[in-house]
Amino acid sequence: MIRDITIGQYYPADSVLHRLDPRTKLIITFIYISSLFISVNYISYGFVFVFLATIIGLSKVPIKFMLKGLKMIFVIIIFTVVFNVFLTPGETEVFRFWKIIIYKEGLITASLMATRLVFLIIGSSILTLTTSPITLTDGIEYLLKPLEKIKVPAHEIAMMMTIALRFIPILLEETDKIMKAQMARGADFETGGLIKRAKSMLPLLVPLFISAFRRADDLALAMEARCYRGGEGRTRMNVLKYKWQDGIAFLVIVCYLGVLIAFKLVL
Amino acid sequence: MSIKVDNLTYVYGIGTPFEKKALESVSLAIESGQFVGLIGHTGSGKSTLIQHFNRLLKPTPAGTSGQVFVNGVDINGVDAKGKPVNIKAIRQQVGLVFQYPEHQLFEMTIYKDVAFGPTNMGLTTDEIDERVRGALTKVGIDEADYEKSPFELSGGQKRRVAIAGVLAMQPDVLILDEPTAGLDPQGSHDILMEIQKIHDLGGITIILVSHNMEDIASFVERIIVMDQGAIRYDGTPKEVFREVDALEAMGLAVPQVSYLIKALREKGYDLPGDVTTVEEAYEALRKLIR
Repeated sequence: MIRDITIGQYYPADSVLHRLDPRTKLIITFIYISSLFISVNYISYGFVFVFLATIIGLSKVPIKFMLKGLKMIFVIIIFTVVFNVFLTPGETEVFRFWKIIIYKEGLITASLMATRLVFLIIGSSILTLTTSPITLTDGIEYLLKPLEKIKVPAHEIAMMMTIALRFIPILLEETDKIMKAQMARGADFETGGLIKRAKSMLPLLVPLFISAFRRADDLALAMEARCYRGGEGRTRMNVLKYKWQDGIAFLVIVCYLGVLIAFKLVL
Repeated sequence: MSIKVDNLTYVYGIGTPFEKKALESVSLAIESGQFVGLIGHTGSGKSTLIQHFNRLLKPTPAGTSGQVFVNGVDINGVDAKGKPVNIKAIRQQVGLVFQYPEHQLFEMTIYKDVAFGPTNMGLTTDEIDERVRGALTKVGIDEADYEKSPFELSGGQKRRVAIAGVLAMQPDVLILDEPTAGLDPQGSHDILMEIQKIHDLGGITIILVSHNMEDIASFVERIIVMDQGAIRYDGTPKEVFREVDALEAMGLAVPQVSYLIKALREKGYDLPGDVTTVEEAYEALRKLIR
């Protein structure tokens, strides 16, 4: 049950996308996400679909894992569709019942919005599926570096993210263990009404918090024992370097962006 | 209360890149009242196996198979009326104490924490009170401490309270996963003596998972050795600890005193080959010196 939750859902494989520099992937994902807002029509979204399908093919990640991310936002997609279908004013009536009127424009907007959401989620999940959390935070730290001039603590932010990500699997495992220990004592986490269930979480949450604090304490001590004192003057074991593949990736994304802008101008 | 496992296979994370086979066609039978030791290297499948005994894990997802019987009842099957077996009853009968059980304590007072299990069983206040007192007495916690917070206690005492939390359910089978891990020698000896006492009272089957071969040799009557998800040896301590080389190949060991006797035998002294406890070694050496 608890093992089904995938956060920082890295899928280890050996593909072109896995080998790309995390900075490249971050920038490209950012461009890709913005690109979805440039040109909103069927033809350009068809093009985005082809682009995305190619990327998924290159990533060697089973499509099942991409769709897993969609499950979580399913409700949001439904909401978006419903609101857009019923609340978009337009000219061509498709359906009328009492005071509810559905326009053709509403259907179009709704379908485009839903597609955009799906594209957004799948696109960004490719980033997390092909980049291990640690490399990802490395990339973020590099990209935030310039902001250190205006006193943004880039290293500290990255370190916090690394630690948080590092602790997710540990705490999940811990949750699983405590849950089982309490279930062995007859605890029931699955049945009952809302209040009963919330109450039944107490034997899980108290030990979990205690253990989280204990682990945080231990980690802080271990870091201090090894003279950790923040980012200043600190060198790295793995220095990120752009390679020729990254150049090609940037070229591809620029072409992709060019095509979308062309669509926008022509159509 | 007997436990029987039939052809159990279990795989973690099936269908993901992290797939791992934890148990492979494991079959075994544990008779009522036995004191069994379960040993094996880390990752040999011990914890996975014991979690099947009270259905915390069940062999239902794809890639897993086999059956677990508690007192002849298939705990993953249906009862006489065709309903799934009552899982709370099974968990009451088969008590499981996890590694570092003190990490599961959560209540304001020791008394309330131990009462958690019996309360979940839906007992009356009087019955709960009787069981809590009984369990805490068994593990040697004074009545004066009942209203203390469990978090004020020392590590060894916390662990006793946690074990009492399972004992209070009055299980017929008690499984302890490394109950002495991380305790000082005195603390672990005390806990083992208490477990021994509980077994001596009769009627309870005990399964002890441990990495301490001395403890295993001096307390249990039967040892099950696991390696890579399968049972490699199953017999009395004397039978099992004779296989020094095979056990070492699995990353295990035999009691220190067995090594001593083995070294003496290799020097040509006439000593028995199946010495597993200090007492036996003492007797054997005394005979030799005379």
